[in-house]
Amino acid sequence: MSRIHIRGGHLIDPAHRRNGPGDVFVAEGRILALDTPPAEFTPDETIDASGQIVAPGLVDAAVRLREPGATRKGGIVPEARAAAAAGITTLLQQPDTTPIIDTPSVVELIHSRAAAADAARVRPIGALTHGLGGEYLAEMAALRDAGCPAVGDGGRPVANSLVLRRALDYAATFSLPVVITPEDVALAESGRVHEGEVATRLGLPGQPAATETTALARLLALVEELGTPAHIARLSTARGAEMVAQAQDRGLPITADVAIHQLFFTEHDCAAYNTAAHVRPPLRTQADRDALRQAVAEGVIGTICSDHQPHDPDAKACPFADSEPGLSGVDTLLPLVLRLVDEGLLELGEAIHRVTHGPAQAFGLAAGTLTPGATADITIIDPRTVWRVTPESLRSRGRNSLFIGWELTGSANTTLVGGRTVHSPAL
Amino acid sequence: MSVQLEPNGRLRHLLTTEGLPREMLTRILDTAESFSGVLGKSVKKVPLLRGRTIINLFFEPSTRTRTTFELAAQRLSADVLNIDVATSSTSKGESLLDMLRNLEAMQCDAFVVRHADSGAAEFIARHVRPGVAVINAGDGRHAHPTQALLDAFTIRREKGPLEPLTIAIVGDILHSRVARSQIHALLGLGAGQVRVIAPRTLLPRDIQRLGVRVYEDMDAGLEGADVVMMLRLQRERMRGALLPSESEFFARFGLTEKRLERTHPDSIVMHPGPVNRGVELDPRVADGPRSVILRQVTNGIAVRMAVMSIVLGGYSDATETGLEESPS
Repeated sequence: MSRIHIRGGHLIDPAHRRNGPGDVFVAEGRILALDTPPAEFTPDETIDASGQIVAPGLVDAAVRLREPGATRKGGIVPEARAAAAAGITTLLQQPDTTPIIDTPSVVELIHSRAAAADAARVRPIGALTHGLGGEYLAEMAALRDAGCPAVGDGGRPVANSLVLRRALDYAATFSLPVVITPEDVALAESGRVHEGEVATRLGLPGQPAATETTALARLLALVEELGTPAHIARLSTARGAEMVAQAQDRGLPITADVAIHQLFFTEHDCAAYNTAAHVRPPLRTQADRDALRQAVAEGVIGTICSDHQPHDPDAKACPFADSEPGLSGVDTLLPLVLRLVDEGLLELGEAIHRVTHGPAQAFGLAAGTLTPGATADITIIDPRTVWRVTPESLRSRGRNSLFIGWELTGSANTTLVGGRTVHSPAL
Repeated sequence: MSVQLEPNGRLRHLLTTEGLPREMLTRILDTAESFSGVLGKSVKKVPLLRGRTIINLFFEPSTRTRTTFELAAQRLSADVLNIDVATSSTSKGESLLDMLRNLEAMQCDAFVVRHADSGAAEFIARHVRPGVAVINAGDGRHAHPTQALLDAFTIRREKGPLEPLTIAIVGDILHSRVARSQIHALLGLGAGQVRVIAPRTLLPRDIQRLGVRVYEDMDAGLEGADVVMMLRLQRERMRGALLPSESEFFARFGLTEKRLERTHPDSIVMHPGPVNRGVELDPRVADGPRSVILRQVTNGIAVRMAVMSIVLGGYSDATETGLEESPS
């Protein structure tokens, strides 16, 4: 493995509040030292990072790679490569593949495909319940031993409170982080958009904010009683963010994430039956969007994810209610997070935190930091490249971005995973 | 950007009454007025759309609406093809787009579409080739513009200009494409006041933003109304816990002769049909002197002729509708 000297960049390591010029020395797949080279370090390769940001590789806390099961939409190899080219070095894959990630063999399959990709790491989140059916516990200990860093409901909420309570307890036995989707299945009903004026005008079944807050209240009550931690997936409402903040203030072991598109769009983007804006949870009101932004700024929401859900064109080329939810997001996560800096919502260090150290902490990953000794997952960011999002500009197989037409600033110049260059201008 | 209106104001499709300029709404009603004269004659045909092909593409069962569209097309001398797509066969196998391409290959000029999904007609309109018109015959909960236009036409015929009128829409607003289209059409035509009356479970969130007054008390909502438009209540609403029973609904929101006394003495009663007697309407009201329900059906043909002639030909008034050629 090559020894790399990353020279003259602007280092950002949120784990250590590092934010300034510095050099990084990499060997044996690990970060050897910062600033001063270790004795007798002779680099095989020197990367000139002047004028660029050197940050931990991004950790995307929620992606669907469509493999196994729906490779017409994506695939581990193309999506992991698209992610690496976008500066993401760790992908947390949702368990709702076909078959479900509820046995070690599926985990092994994903690992072997990810190894073939030689790109971003793929970390499968195990199913919380067998088949994500919400009835029987999945073999969480076996999943952990196979390499799942966490377990979760994969967007199929456990309706039965007793099952959820026991799943939280059982996962805690094995120190597995648990990811829970705050969605009350009955209230969600067939709702495709936020319940409000837009839903009323379009005649689409609406999903009230209480879909989220009701489920959240149940989860928080269980967490409070059991003392087990939980990570809340894809917050979408102002009230939900407020509930999480209050729970954190009371000392509950709660972390939360938000999908980046929730910080830029509202229910109004569903107007004219724009199926690209069909996401779950639905885009909500301006007030919700603003509150989510505030919660991100205050650190209540410690993780921003892409909620990457690539689709084939057919999935969106139909009436809204028939279309499949989700958007393709890995390509745009990094520049959109940088945009939050430009818009004054976050300091650069905080912004990088929300896509590195934040998710790494929430999921107990040894990633998202430039600490000497850590795995050399590093992204060198060109903060000035301006590019327009077009279907052709996306490396993901899914062209279903909601940001088509946007002009974004910033891109990954070079991406290292375990000290190997998986993306660079030369590649 | 409007899919249905071209930049020059021409109506390319009719998908919704929302956002239609008042002049266009009026023009449709005026054109319908000229056609209703034809319908009273012994030979009820005009050669306006001779040689044109209209496909009735119904993904939801319907007798009344489809029949009146068919009659309207025939009266305009168009060729009509009825395609009923049973819900079961619209599986994921053939996508809506595939089906559309196949039908377009038959060189038709217009699709009259009914579909269970809100936005289906707009979706089809966005994907048809240039020159093919789409008329929405009901999409999900979203819109049923020809029904709303025939209702507006009926009101104008019975009551005159809409400006001074108070119009109450009663019943299952939540699931009703008819109600949404009525609201937009009536307000677009300058109706004085449009009210909606329903229990909260059947009112869509933020409905007042559409410009209506909301009443949860039937008696208060009917006070002084010139027009009462009842909506059909689907039986399955009990299962979704939206209502306890039909009888309780009728007791609170059914239109009885006694309740009718609260309205204006000359008020009219309307219903898009088919009526659930004893659920929305007391049979005595449905068959009573204030009821214009059957006239709505008759007017439906003229209004649909007007819409078809406008989207397919761009004809603006009676002098261009070919009426001169029709035998008197």
